[in-house]
Amino acid sequence: MTGASGFSVSGYGPERSVWARLFARDSLARRLDWPILLSAITLSVIGAALVYSATRNRTELNQGDPYYFLVRHLLNTGIGFALMIATVWLGHRTLRTAVPILYGLSVFLILLVLTPLGATINGSHAWIKLPGGFSLQPSEFVKITIILGMAMLLAARVDAGDKPYPDHRTVLQALGLATVPILIVLLMPDLGSVMVMVIIVLGVLLASGASNRWVLGLIGTGAAGAIAVWQLGVLDEYQINRFAAFANPELDPAGVGYNTNQARIAIGSGGLFGTGLGNGSQTTGQFVPEQQTDFVFTVAGEELGFLGAGLILLLLGIVLWRACRIARETTELYGTIVAAGIIAWFAFQSFENVGMTLGIMPVAGLPLPFVSYGGSSMFAVWVAVGLLQSIRVQRPMSA
Amino acid sequence: MTNIPETGRTPRVQIRLIIIQVLVFSLLATLGGRLWYLQIREGDAYAKEASGNHVQQVVSPAVRGSILDARGVPIADNETRLVVSASRTDLLKMKDDGEAVLTKLADVLGLKPKDVMDKVRLCDSETPQPCWNGSPYQPIPITDEATPKQALQIRERSEDFPGITAEPQAVRRYASPGDANTAQVLGYLSPVTDEEITKAEHTNSPYLRSDMVGRSGLERQYDQQLRGKAGVTRYEVDNLGRVMGEAKSDPAEPGANLVTSIDARVQRVAEYELQKAMKEARKEFDDNTGENYKADSGAVVVMESKTGRIVSMASNPSYDPNAWVGGISGKDYARLTGKKSNYPLLNRAIQGQSAPGSVFKVIPTAAAVNAGYSFDGPYQCSSSYNIGSQVFKNFESKGYGPISLGRALEVSCDTVFYRLSHEEWKRDGGNKPKKNASDWFYKTAHQFGLAKETGIDLPNEVTGRIPDRQWKQDYWKANKDSWCRTGKKNGDYAERIAYENCLEGNRLRAGDSVNYSIGQGDTLVTPIQMATIYSAISNGGTMYDPTVGKAIVSADGKSVQEIKPKSHGKLPMSKQTRDEIDEALEGVATRGTAAWRFADVGWPQDKIPMHAKTGTAEVYGKQTTSWFTTYTEDYTVVMTISQGGTGSGASGPAVRNIYDALYGVSDDGKIDKKKALLPQPQKSLPKIQPDGSIDAPKIKKYVPQEEATQESPQPATGDDPAATVPSPNTGNNRDTRRRTDRSKKRRRTTE
Repeated sequence: MTGASGFSVSGYGPERSVWARLFARDSLARRLDWPILLSAITLSVIGAALVYSATRNRTELNQGDPYYFLVRHLLNTGIGFALMIATVWLGHRTLRTAVPILYGLSVFLILLVLTPLGATINGSHAWIKLPGGFSLQPSEFVKITIILGMAMLLAARVDAGDKPYPDHRTVLQALGLATVPILIVLLMPDLGSVMVMVIIVLGVLLASGASNRWVLGLIGTGAAGAIAVWQLGVLDEYQINRFAAFANPELDPAGVGYNTNQARIAIGSGGLFGTGLGNGSQTTGQFVPEQQTDFVFTVAGEELGFLGAGLILLLLGIVLWRACRIARETTELYGTIVAAGIIAWFAFQSFENVGMTLGIMPVAGLPLPFVSYGGSSMFAVWVAVGLLQSIRVQRPMSA
Repeated sequence: MTNIPETGRTPRVQIRLIIIQVLVFSLLATLGGRLWYLQIREGDAYAKEASGNHVQQVVSPAVRGSILDARGVPIADNETRLVVSASRTDLLKMKDDGEAVLTKLADVLGLKPKDVMDKVRLCDSETPQPCWNGSPYQPIPITDEATPKQALQIRERSEDFPGITAEPQAVRRYASPGDANTAQVLGYLSPVTDEEITKAEHTNSPYLRSDMVGRSGLERQYDQQLRGKAGVTRYEVDNLGRVMGEAKSDPAEPGANLVTSIDARVQRVAEYELQKAMKEARKEFDDNTGENYKADSGAVVVMESKTGRIVSMASNPSYDPNAWVGGISGKDYARLTGKKSNYPLLNRAIQGQSAPGSVFKVIPTAAAVNAGYSFDGPYQCSSSYNIGSQVFKNFESKGYGPISLGRALEVSCDTVFYRLSHEEWKRDGGNKPKKNASDWFYKTAHQFGLAKETGIDLPNEVTGRIPDRQWKQDYWKANKDSWCRTGKKNGDYAERIAYENCLEGNRLRAGDSVNYSIGQGDTLVTPIQMATIYSAISNGGTMYDPTVGKAIVSADGKSVQEIKPKSHGKLPMSKQTRDEIDEALEGVATRGTAAWRFADVGWPQDKIPMHAKTGTAEVYGKQTTSWFTTYTEDYTVVMTISQGGTGSGASGPAVRNIYDALYGVSDDGKIDKKKALLPQPQKSLPKIQPDGSIDAPKIKKYVPQEEATQESPQPATGDDPAATVPSPNTGNNRDTRRRTDRSKKRRRTTE
């Protein structure tokens, strides 16, 4: 009952039994942020439908079982949901104490990717093969541990009341903490995750109240880093091509520009109402690659139309809106930073993912939170939801 | 942590959180806007693109329609053959560009490896035939005569023959019923070129990569109708090309059949007789040149007088149209296009033009009447006509005294026409032409439709030429530089002519008008023009556009679109003049220059009134051209042999034999209706069954009269090979004697 003890540490309300607390007037359930929860569940369910539509006849992937991906997606959602409950139960403050261990574990896992245990899936060397046909993408968990780790460092002295803002030394430590896994992920190379992590760092720094110099400095470094990466040839040919295809979509529509072109055709052909689930010819014809993962939004665009795809954006908007509220309303800087990190993560990853299918962002292998198929990503975003809920339930109710 | 101060909410953090929120929502707004743009604003365009994305078209070519003769006998149809083709794209993927495979293939097919390799190379300006003229992406046929054994060998060892296929395909067949090959009229097919595909892309009849296109003759003229419409089956496919379902499909519409007015039997007679006449002419000695006649080319046209429909049209030298099927070999191509073989691809009935000589005379006759001269005359038929120092002789310098225009036609008196034409020339101002010269002789020729296409439904007809003032002017302009360069006042004949032309070639001189009046000089006509004019005289004055196509009948026989005879004008003569000329032309056949081919040798003139006109045109530097124009009530037969001798001499027997075959006339003048091939023009159209089959009569091969009587006492049947081979041995029976008799009379009469 660590959750209970964590709760008691917050010091609000008398101690009650778990069930009583759950259903009491000011209970945990009552205080949960329901809009986020319902939006996340809805997104996951829509995602399940889209994943099913995208994979039911991809026999080379689904091993002859049209429900293979659907079942797994729902299973992942369920596990993710359980992880969220566990996270709420534990509370983000309890987790704070475990941050060094979690951080160490996640860095160890991404290091494993660089060893022969690592596997390349869909051109990105970001996976660890597990026995039983499962695979893990540890960079998803690193996103969380970077947020938690930086928040811990940056908020420590502020929350203790020592300082109004984190000092330079603390910021430097926090940046160092983030840089280590980012560099490792860059070596994989998993450029999409690196971009997300950099944005997370930016969001965390912003919310921590660190000096403007740090924020601007980080933006400058990010730009310089991008140029350096480009110039030093760290990028693979395919990654350069993705950018080239983004800059010029007409480029080689059969080759590099193919994905984005087909994705745009799929979404564009959906119109207002879409073709109906399972009726999209682009989807059934499998013209868009990676349609159950990175390009899942194209299924929504084609089969559910503007209304369906717009609903996904709306639900993501609700999650982000509520997250912003949580960030603003929590009293501790730690909670604020964690929420802001999650906002930066979700916002950028959604923007990049949907943006690439719409042709306004270059292609990068990033899943759409809740909607895309993929266990690691699903677990990570649900843990993030759990963190947000935890921050929310543990702030004092308005008096 | 129990006493958390409110510092977590410092203003800086608060402001930054609001900045983050604004940023986040502007990102979402961007996505929403872009989504609206793609789906709502541009949605239709993308939907269209999407539908084009996953539809794969499988094209099944339409079966090309048959070309039928007037009774339904196919003269061009299709047969299934085993075609061995090579895919260039596959061959080029191999290290040696497929050389090893092709060599192996040549071995199996019993061909030379080089021949096979030549066939798969692409044609360009420097590559001689054989080469592939079609699309490089289409399988290139190596042979369409593979035996089942060869095809099996290739198929069973497909790993040894990558890129090679052996499949049954419908290929064009020129059936040559009864040995009538009709080559130039039918034309030929060759693969469609990339240019043509692009050009026809957006018309209602786009080409397919695998299409064969008519290149000449009927195949070209009626290409669109014969070709039909290829079937397109549209499959919805996924990105790997796997079929997901069938979309809207257009079934193939087989090409329509073209029913022609050609009668295969008459065609065979015409071809055979033309060939024979030319052979015979080559045996004759030409006094003028001191060598035998060359008879290098010839043509014969049999036309329905009342409709302008072509019953047969033969051109010689000829070729086997099947040479084109399945890609032409280098040897064949060289032969077909070479000067040595005298261009057998030319259809000389519509593309051969030469001076008409005396067959032209009906035109100056009508012109003279139109200019106000009386038909009855009399006009002096002297043995020669003088203009200054120039002497224009009558043919063989014979005089007939004062005669009518009709008699002048009968005996083909040149001097009568010399005088009339010269007189008109003088009336028009002579060397100083009046501004509004009436030019009756030239104007009338134009009214006869000369120097213009007759409008026959065959491509590339030539116009011939009337050397009127305008033409002289144009011609002089185009040639004066070369004339003035080569001309010499006191040089040889050619140089003197050039010299003269350089000085005054633009002017219509007295001599020009005299030469022109008897169809000499620069006058050029085609056999089809002459046939059109003479059939118009026969039918009372209507000049029909000659037609070979008679009807277009859909493959199931349900839709019949008749090609009705169309006229392009009336002859420029009154009914009376027509009747008088008609009478005179009958006189030619009964007592004039053609009598020894008809009335004198058993033609039943009372039953089938024959009209004729002979012509022997002189061509500078060449032997005379033989012209023979004839007509009955129903048919007009025009024949010409270049460098063949006199009109009735060289062409006469052949024309007579064609009529004998048409009407079933035997040598003693009896008409045997059973032997008559076509005593009346074929009126009805052949019946085509819904399943596409055609009720066509069996064709008996043509057996020339001489051989028929000599070889077999019983009537020859088409199935008896012994009777079908024309024997070169003519023996010394009665018919042969008669024939010799006919030729011995050669030159006895004037032309």
